[in-house]
Amino acid sequence: MTDAPIAIAVQNLGKAYDGQSVLSEASLSIPRGQFVALVGGSGAGKTTLLKTLNALITPTTGRALIDGRDVADQPGPALRRGIGYVFQEVGLFPHLTVAQNIGVTPRLLDWPAERIAARVDALLDLVDLPRDVATRLPAALSGGQRQRVGVARALAAEPSILLMDEPFGALDPVTRVALADDVRRLHETLNLTTVMVTHDVGEALLLADRVVVMAGGRIIADAAPATLLTETHADPRVAALIDAPRRQAKRLAALAGSRAHG
Amino acid sequence: MDEPLHQALSLLPQRLGWHVALSASALGLGLLIALPLGVLAARNPRLRWVSLSLAGLVQTIPSLALLALFFPLLLLLSGLSVRLTGHGFSALGFLPSLLALTLYSMLPILRNTAAGLGGVDPAVVEAARGVGMTDTQRLWRVELPLALPVIMAGVRTAAVWTIGAATLSTPVGQTSLGDYIFSGLQTEDWVAVLVGCAASAVLALVVDQLLGLIERGVGQRDRRLWIAGLAGLAIGLVAALAPLASTALDRGPPAYVIGAKNFSEQYILAELMADKLEARGARVERKINLGSAVAYRALAAGEIDAYVDYSGTLWANVLNRRDNPGRQAVLDQLRSGLKQRDGVVLLAPLGFENAYALAMRRDKAQALGIVTLADLAAKGGGLTMGGDLEFFSRPEWKSVETAYGLSFKARRQFQPTFMYRALASGEADVISAFSSDGRIAADDLILLADPKGALPPYDAVILIAPQRAGDKRLTSALAPLAGSIDVRTMQAANYAVDRDTDKLGAAQAAKLLEGK
Repeated sequence: MTDAPIAIAVQNLGKAYDGQSVLSEASLSIPRGQFVALVGGSGAGKTTLLKTLNALITPTTGRALIDGRDVADQPGPALRRGIGYVFQEVGLFPHLTVAQNIGVTPRLLDWPAERIAARVDALLDLVDLPRDVATRLPAALSGGQRQRVGVARALAAEPSILLMDEPFGALDPVTRVALADDVRRLHETLNLTTVMVTHDVGEALLLADRVVVMAGGRIIADAAPATLLTETHADPRVAALIDAPRRQAKRLAALAGSRAHG
Repeated sequence: MDEPLHQALSLLPQRLGWHVALSASALGLGLLIALPLGVLAARNPRLRWVSLSLAGLVQTIPSLALLALFFPLLLLLSGLSVRLTGHGFSALGFLPSLLALTLYSMLPILRNTAAGLGGVDPAVVEAARGVGMTDTQRLWRVELPLALPVIMAGVRTAAVWTIGAATLSTPVGQTSLGDYIFSGLQTEDWVAVLVGCAASAVLALVVDQLLGLIERGVGQRDRRLWIAGLAGLAIGLVAALAPLASTALDRGPPAYVIGAKNFSEQYILAELMADKLEARGARVERKINLGSAVAYRALAAGEIDAYVDYSGTLWANVLNRRDNPGRQAVLDQLRSGLKQRDGVVLLAPLGFENAYALAMRRDKAQALGIVTLADLAAKGGGLTMGGDLEFFSRPEWKSVETAYGLSFKARRQFQPTFMYRALASGEADVISAFSSDGRIAADDLILLADPKGALPPYDAVILIAPQRAGDKRLTSALAPLAGSIDVRTMQAANYAVDRDTDKLGAAQAAKLLEGK
């Protein structure tokens, strides 16, 4: 696709729980700087795939490589300190202030206190949060603010890779779109390699450089958004998945058009 | 100030000090064991099940029994240790109390630690892993802080339980606030009972509130609150332990330890013996309120140096004899039997018996012409017999019943105080009594003679521990007590302690015996 070096690679990855396969024969190469969306219904295996990348889940077969190194060859905590991760349920530490939450990974990396403080301020600006939230506890924030803190925390230790698991799932539509735009902007400015899991195909198509469609634990399509939208698909599951946002967009356009001309 | 209250309060610093020392050590040890165990249990379901079941099981053992069980266990271990290393340790007092209370304190800490850690939001746990924490970092930085309110609630429960249960360490020879309660219940000194209960309740409440302050401080992340709570606990601990430290510092030569079982006569005789020793310049430690079986074993093991027991009790419980060869023969055989079995020295009989006897009001007995148990068998068919709670199931009763062929119109059981009242009011005509009970003389009762010797003799005898057998200072101080107390004198001293009004303390009552 591009000539950039490969940041993330998975080879023939599989995961089974008690003989029940949730992920099989997944292979994928992601060049540095790409924004990849993993889409599919629940149980498609997309979160499992994402979590093998930072070794939160150990695969049953195959391997995952970050910058060419097998993640299984590195101690998990050290690996994860170098990879940004945004959680589905935000997962902020309720007993720590916003500043402490954002600074948690730098502290694990033994950064000096002044450097952490400066980084926290910079990140609050970057995710568009007022600096006075720094001393508050997560419970005192709105859902959108909390997820912005979640993104800031993931970026705190200056990772080159950002993994996001349904990052905007619990947000209202306005907040959702605003935050998605900000994440795309951060991806560009920080030159990140980003992998985002979402079940919202429209969001994936609009945000990502590349959309990987999964079903039943397998990758069933892998293409740029424009290609996915224009090609006809042999797999009816892919066709159905792509069709839904397209039809919705058409109806919205028709509705707007009828009002404009009515 | 009211005299009994003043007397009770003068003992408070020592008793409270020991109570605090014991509860704090037990709670500290309980925390040291139960916290790590709770952390492990939260991660391992099997360990969780096993440890919670065991801790729950310990909790179902009545705390008094748990404390009592540690005495023989430690005695055994101490014996083993002597054999293996040449050094033993004390099986009485602090150690058994500490171990039992520690076990007792563990359940709430263990359960709340496991539950608190298990209750941490799985999303937060995953986040902790996701940001790169190791298992240890996750425990200290995320799981423990979040579980802390639940854990602290467990610690508060454990603290209140431990402080309450520490009152039960008195029967294994550990000074505590329980001394007030156990002695007070025996001598019906309600002021003492109230002082003991109130002191331990106030202590429990204060500790609970201070721990609550720490819990709130931690929960609200308010440093001032939990520092204030910790400071309060530390200051309280130091203040309570200060009287103990000051006595520990002016320790002279090692003291003689005088034991007593848990009733008035024993308290008085212990004070009498202590008096005799102190008159010769010896230092004396008192371990009162020992369980009946504990006292002899403690003496044989050298935990106490001397105490008074009764020939019939030793005859049946130590030598396992059921026959009755007569008062003097029992004494003679005990003297050689105890020496041979445990090295225990039977120093001297005091001159009176505290035996089971049947008692009647003098007027009633005279009216019916009853003097002996044989008369009672012949003429007592229409009478009501009252016994204390255990009398009718004791071998003494079976023996009298068969020897004389006793039969009554009715049999009733009473708590001892009420038994004497029933006799006075005519609800009972004959009662089981202890021959040295002060109420016999006070209520003008007569004890029925036992010509067939069906009731075993219960001579009060001074016993000396094996390692004190050659201690001339001890034996020469106590030997003059031989035969010095007749049953009327003992009755009068007992009554002075047991009566409802104008009560004397055991030490004052002991002076009545010396006056003779």
